[in-house]
Amino acid sequence: MKNALMAGALGLLMPALSAAGEYNITVDRVMIDTGDFVKEGIGYNGASPGPVLRFKEGETVTINVTNNLDEPTSIHWHGLILPFEQDGVPGISFDGIKPGETFTYEFPIVQSGTYWFHSHSGFQEPNGAYGAIVIEPEGREPFRYDREYVVQLTDKHPHDGNRVMRNLKMMPDYYNRQQQTVGDFFADISKHGFVTTLQDRLAWGDMRMMKADVEDVQGFTGLINGKGPEQNWTGLFEPGERIRLRFINSSAMAYFDIRIPGLEMTVVQADGNNVQPVTVDEFRIGVAETYDVIVRPKTAEAYTIFAESMGRSGYARATLAPEEGMQGPVPELREAPLLTMADMGGMHGMADGDMATRDGAEDMDHGNMSQGSMEQASMNGSSGMAADAGTSMAGMDHSGMDHGAMIMAEGGASDPFYAEGSGLVPVAANGGKFLSYSDLRAQKPLYEEREPTREIELRLTGNMERYTWSIDGVKYEDAEPLKLQYGERVRFKFVNETMMTHPMHLHGMWSILDVGAGEWNPVKHTVSVQPGTTVYMETEVDAPGQWAFHCHLSYHAASGMFRKVVVEGGPDQGNTAGVEVANDGGDA
Amino acid sequence: MRTLTLSALALALTLPSLPVLGSDMPQDQSGRKDALSLWGVQFEELEYRYSDDDEELGVWNGDAFYGTDELKFRWLTKGEYAIEEEAYEKLENQLLLQTPVSSFFDAKAGVRFDTPEGPDRTYGVLGLTGLAPHWFEVDASLYVSDEGDTSAEFDAEYELLFTNHLILSAALDATVAFSEDREIGVGKGLVSTETGLRLSYDLVDRSFSPYLGVVHERKYGDTADFAEAEGGGTEDWFAVIGARVSF
Repeated sequence: MKNALMAGALGLLMPALSAAGEYNITVDRVMIDTGDFVKEGIGYNGASPGPVLRFKEGETVTINVTNNLDEPTSIHWHGLILPFEQDGVPGISFDGIKPGETFTYEFPIVQSGTYWFHSHSGFQEPNGAYGAIVIEPEGREPFRYDREYVVQLTDKHPHDGNRVMRNLKMMPDYYNRQQQTVGDFFADISKHGFVTTLQDRLAWGDMRMMKADVEDVQGFTGLINGKGPEQNWTGLFEPGERIRLRFINSSAMAYFDIRIPGLEMTVVQADGNNVQPVTVDEFRIGVAETYDVIVRPKTAEAYTIFAESMGRSGYARATLAPEEGMQGPVPELREAPLLTMADMGGMHGMADGDMATRDGAEDMDHGNMSQGSMEQASMNGSSGMAADAGTSMAGMDHSGMDHGAMIMAEGGASDPFYAEGSGLVPVAANGGKFLSYSDLRAQKPLYEEREPTREIELRLTGNMERYTWSIDGVKYEDAEPLKLQYGERVRFKFVNETMMTHPMHLHGMWSILDVGAGEWNPVKHTVSVQPGTTVYMETEVDAPGQWAFHCHLSYHAASGMFRKVVVEGGPDQGNTAGVEVANDGGDA
Repeated sequence: MRTLTLSALALALTLPSLPVLGSDMPQDQSGRKDALSLWGVQFEELEYRYSDDDEELGVWNGDAFYGTDELKFRWLTKGEYAIEEEAYEKLENQLLLQTPVSSFFDAKAGVRFDTPEGPDRTYGVLGLTGLAPHWFEVDASLYVSDEGDTSAEFDAEYELLFTNHLILSAALDATVAFSEDREIGVGKGLVSTETGLRLSYDLVDRSFSPYLGVVHERKYGDTADFAEAEGGGTEDWFAVIGARVSF
């Protein structure tokens, strides 16, 4: 009798429990059909990408992850603030999920917005193990929309991740099919003259660097929500509706430049956090970043979502249309960018006499981010950027080159988050507004503004010819953990000394990107650092435990651009300092 | 070390539900903490040669490696098989350890075994290999044979991209002997050069690239005299057809 009552009560409770967020995910071998090729990969619940997980702010979610692979797996909840044991990084948060095992994640949802999840084991993520997370906020959002779509991008490669890694190590230019040719040499001669062209080639050859080295891994098919350009994922709308597009870049390596010809996009969220709305024609999304934009198509026509990779070696395409089957025009890929000497600005030995200091640098209030130039500004607190930039410009010891000795990028577009004279500065296809990091302002500061307690400089380092990537010249395998104290606010200074762009991702704690807006600096989880630049971010160290911190380019992380961050102290932890030091005998 | 790791893993397995305390914050024992060990196989040359005096040769020049950024084990293999004579004119294998000494160069050391038709030789090898400024791939080796003779070999290769798939590669290989080894027909001084021009097309990624080319081989000084004394030639032109292969 009593038992029956109990069962009844349980039965009543059950639906409530599952509404409070119980999810089951299986990790499976799947076939991925991009339209260009079919490749075996890894997916969730039988598909790649996996399901869109819809959480509610304030609930506690329970996620049962069953590993149906014959190798260990893991799921990392990218951008979610949670206890470190739930963060899903094998070797740092937990032991991983063995074949056949079910691991139950359980954590409270303390935020809202667009995020994603992916495997943190081996190359399972480039092989297809990723999905989207949408968290509904507790309160009202500061913008309105009538419908929403997740637009999740990836750069699906016909080669398995292990093979890509091996090929890159064997021949770093294995996948680079944009190298300069004999034809380019003669084209440059007719454009710039023989001497300039020769000097240009000699300068690059002397460094053993390629200016066409923008994308290491080419030959991929860009996918949107798992669909290749020909398969054309389509989102439906009624004219006049506001559509929220939740862009997520789940690529292994590719940055995408995204536009919807005919529509302006209002960016309302970056990395899950609301930003003050900014209307753009195009934006660049780094690997692992998310941007939410609102578009409002007024006419009943098909609009193409066109996402060109930063190096223009591939693209993804999807359609917004009033009816299934409609198509808009698909633009041509624009010309591939070339790096300039400015992008090499961070490399050692580059600051030699050949390079004239750029005179009369226009836009003094933004041309700061360059290596060297911000040294003096660095300790002046987060609001000092714009003010200091003017004086520090004089100290720039790189770029320049505009005295005719070298071939420079054309157009002269600039963005404070790119080296002055960089060949990578994006330009909107329609000549309009291209989003810059410097346009991002937090909608509402997440933390009270305060002075950082200390600054940690991290040099992003590597050797393209050996395909080794590291932080401060040290690969993960040889590195001591980076130690932070609970309660401090750390100012990170990223100095990119390589020729590649690195999307740096700190797990477990927010990355407050310094755009010079003080308390309105945007709050992100992934911060892109362009070649030859220095970027600052601040982190409130409010999450005890240990966390991963790495470049989110899969093959950079795997070859060493990775660190473990240990947060010492904290409410639940006690002080771990002594133990860690005893364990690895390292620096305190 | 291995057993330590294993027992740590076993411990972790048996105590999965214990709360993680600051005092037992685990160290990263995952594969990520290990140096990346990789392998690769490449044949720069895998070709059929036809000489201006109707000699036919099967020729290869390849290597396989296994190891980390810091230390690689490399097997180099080179051979020239005379098809009519059914004999190896050249058969050379090197077993080497290779480690970086600068941003662009590796040092290598090991043993070389020459086992062609005729007398064999074993050499100790010391060398440098890497990428010189302006994209010249260079390789220099110093050999000391079991007969006490020393020699040096220098290799350089340059690639000219007509397109990103159609590539002309120029290769030069020169050998110098510091003492004579009459038995294997090597005289003191510049011994021989081999110059090749190969026009290849990357058909399947960079793993299969068929090519056509010309190769010029020449012997010099005493080495040339020794060859002539034995009724051999001192200079050969070859038309070659083959493929660059890597996997």
